[in-house]
Amino acid sequence: MEGSPLVSTVLFHVGPVAISRPVLTTWAIMLVLTLGSLFAARQLKPYPSRPQMVLEAVILGILDQIEAVIRKDARPLLPLIGTLFIYLVVANLSGVLPGVEAPTARLETPAALALIVFFSVHYYGVRARGLFGYLANFAKPKLIMLPLILISEVTRIFALMVRLFGNVMSGEFMIALVVALAGLFVPIPLMALEIVLGLVQAYVFTVLATVFIGAAIGDA
Amino acid sequence: MDIQLASIIGAAFAVSFGALGPALAEGRSVAAALDAIARQPEAGGTISRTLFVGLAMIETTAIYCLVIALLLLFANPYAG
Repeated sequence: MEGSPLVSTVLFHVGPVAISRPVLTTWAIMLVLTLGSLFAARQLKPYPSRPQMVLEAVILGILDQIEAVIRKDARPLLPLIGTLFIYLVVANLSGVLPGVEAPTARLETPAALALIVFFSVHYYGVRARGLFGYLANFAKPKLIMLPLILISEVTRIFALMVRLFGNVMSGEFMIALVVALAGLFVPIPLMALEIVLGLVQAYVFTVLATVFIGAAIGDA
Repeated sequence: MDIQLASIIGAAFAVSFGALGPALAEGRSVAAALDAIARQPEAGGTISRTLFVGLAMIETTAIYCLVIALLLLFANPYAG
């Protein structure tokens, strides 16, 4: 069906790989973030310049938040969680730009991010407790809980994906509907709401990823 | 009743009734969190972070219903 939110348009092919619109938007965001970070971190000084101050405030804020969730040294998690958060903020807000569709409004991008979270949960868990210590953790508190815990490992990641996708996509869908029904300037309050929702969803996704990883690391 | 009409009605029902439960639950949890913050303002940071995570969990139910509605409307396996 035309305009389905579950299908993304293929723009062109690189060899056998179809490049769709969310992928292209993600590449643009990656380029902007990389160049922006390189520019902001070009000359780091003990007496920071203005861009460095902003950068430090953002990084330290994220570090504080991670530390408040997992209650131990957050530095090993900072690259993953920080990148996730900054990317999600930019990706969710990119839908506000005219002509750009947020890549998180299509199923693939949240699915890829959720897969990254899924694998890093196990990676950090195994690294913190050792393979057998981590596997033994699945059978706690009782062995009979094992199937439920295994199912919840998958469903919570699925929920993570669907939550991000559903929120961002429904926001964009709603704006498109209101534009089609009511006219040009009517959906502006909705777009303001969408900015707040995008930030909240980026925060929620990141905090949930941190909680999952923190639970996998445990108190060890 | 043909299958498309049934899917549309089903999608509307899924979203409308699927929004009821999470709305009540989110209202209750926000009220409880506000109560807790009013009693103990210094714990506000922890409470609101936990609240956000909890709200996200509750909201998932509504979003599952939304996904079911979208599947019925756009990816219905029975509508040819």
